[in-house]
Amino acid sequence: MRVLPVGDRALLVEVSSGDEAQALHAELVRRRAEGSLTVREIVPAARTVLLDGLDDPVRLASELTATEVPVAPPRTGEVVELPVRYDGPDLADVAALWGMSEPEVARVHAGTEFLVAFCGFAPGFGYLTGLPPHLHVPRRTTPRTAVPAGSVALAGPYTGVYPHASPGGWQLIGTTGAVLWDHARVPAALLSPGTRVRFVPVGPS
Amino acid sequence: MTDRALSVVRAGALTTVQDGGRPGHAHLGVPRSGALDAPAAALVNRLVGNPPEAAVLETTLNGCALRPRRPVTVAVGGAPCPVTVDGRPVAWGAPVRVPAGALLDVGAAVRGVRSYVALSGGVAVEPVLGSRATDLLSGLGPPPLTDGTVLPLGPPVGSHACVDVAPQPAPPAELVLRVTLGPRDDWFTPAAAGTFTSRAYRVSAASNRIGLRTEGPALERAVGGELPSEGVVLGAVQVPPDGRPVVFLADHPTTGGYPVIAVVTAGDLPAAAQAVPGTPLRFVAVRRR
Repeated sequence: MRVLPVGDRALLVEVSSGDEAQALHAELVRRRAEGSLTVREIVPAARTVLLDGLDDPVRLASELTATEVPVAPPRTGEVVELPVRYDGPDLADVAALWGMSEPEVARVHAGTEFLVAFCGFAPGFGYLTGLPPHLHVPRRTTPRTAVPAGSVALAGPYTGVYPHASPGGWQLIGTTGAVLWDHARVPAALLSPGTRVRFVPVGPS
Repeated sequence: MTDRALSVVRAGALTTVQDGGRPGHAHLGVPRSGALDAPAAALVNRLVGNPPEAAVLETTLNGCALRPRRPVTVAVGGAPCPVTVDGRPVAWGAPVRVPAGALLDVGAAVRGVRSYVALSGGVAVEPVLGSRATDLLSGLGPPPLTDGTVLPLGPPVGSHACVDVAPQPAPPAELVLRVTLGPRDDWFTPAAAGTFTSRAYRVSAASNRIGLRTEGPALERAVGGELPSEGVVLGAVQVPPDGRPVVFLADHPTTGGYPVIAVVTAGDLPAAAQAVPGTPLRFVAVRRR
């Protein structure tokens, strides 16, 4: 674990894998909940956790440096199920990259338990991990100027769902009717870091 | 809607509703947003008797014009500009009573970029995640004002301040941003770090509420390849592949994939909000406190 100072009020904690980042995030959230850590933002990402709004980052940095990366807690939280129609325009390309048929892509994707590693890009957009390395796919060579809301997409090690229509370069394999972000709802985001997710096929695939 | 409202007669280049923003949601991809020149927004609120968190209007370069349906007390601060009520000049930087139906015109900034308009009672649009701020990156909060928009106002709670003119810092002729290096300064060559903190930059016209873009010498990377996406803070100086530093302002993305060479001291960001395109800019390295 490496602890990097960020300005006067923040620390970036760097670990060596996404799994370690998720475990560290869970541990820091736990410490904040029990009152032993005072911080405004805890932002997990691919291999880091950012702590922003700290009163004494120097002291916390030395504390963190002296601790081991925690072991990932068992995944006991509720599973959010997202209904999905595997009908995306890039399904055939992903099937070719995966070396299987389109129905098999749907079966493998829906058979995977995902975890929201972190959020970003847009409110409610989660970066979901769970696919094994041999199923990681590149981004599209040319990004689309408009990706419809609810598009289920793949890029690199991640699966994601576009909360709103936006430009995007991920490979689109399906569509969900789930509302990823609704600021009138509590909580506004359906997916937050640490949430377990399953895709449930609906209709013909 | 009650008559405690105002209509927007001239929206200006970009006028948004702003308050203290919505910190605490970065882990969901929600930018903090809020007034770019926070001290100016707080001051005009104080001048009209509003609590500091009341929502104000933030204009960009050419002001805006408003017609309240009920008498309101207003104060304009931030970038200095002419202010008129029904064509008659009134004070900038001081509380002014605007009668019902009168036209309040906040003119073009004489210096600086962003003027702030506080109205007694505050702008009372529906809050999103506890804030009324317009967030241009993610589209949360009310959209930027357009001509004809009607904005609700809250009930006034305090009485206006008794001042003739409140002192405010002048917009910068030269913008000096103090920075602490890191967290990714080691992704740049030692020469680039020297360039960054010793050479002259200018504020680019491409600057907006998301970031202050710069023109000047490009910073050369020592480490190739891509940085995995990581959380970024307000004031982070991110360096995209073109090598020109971008200072992240209130509507910045909460995670990013380009290395952050340094972070600007929080107290210097209000001046960054008022630096017009072309303003000379220097980054000065300071030790972490």
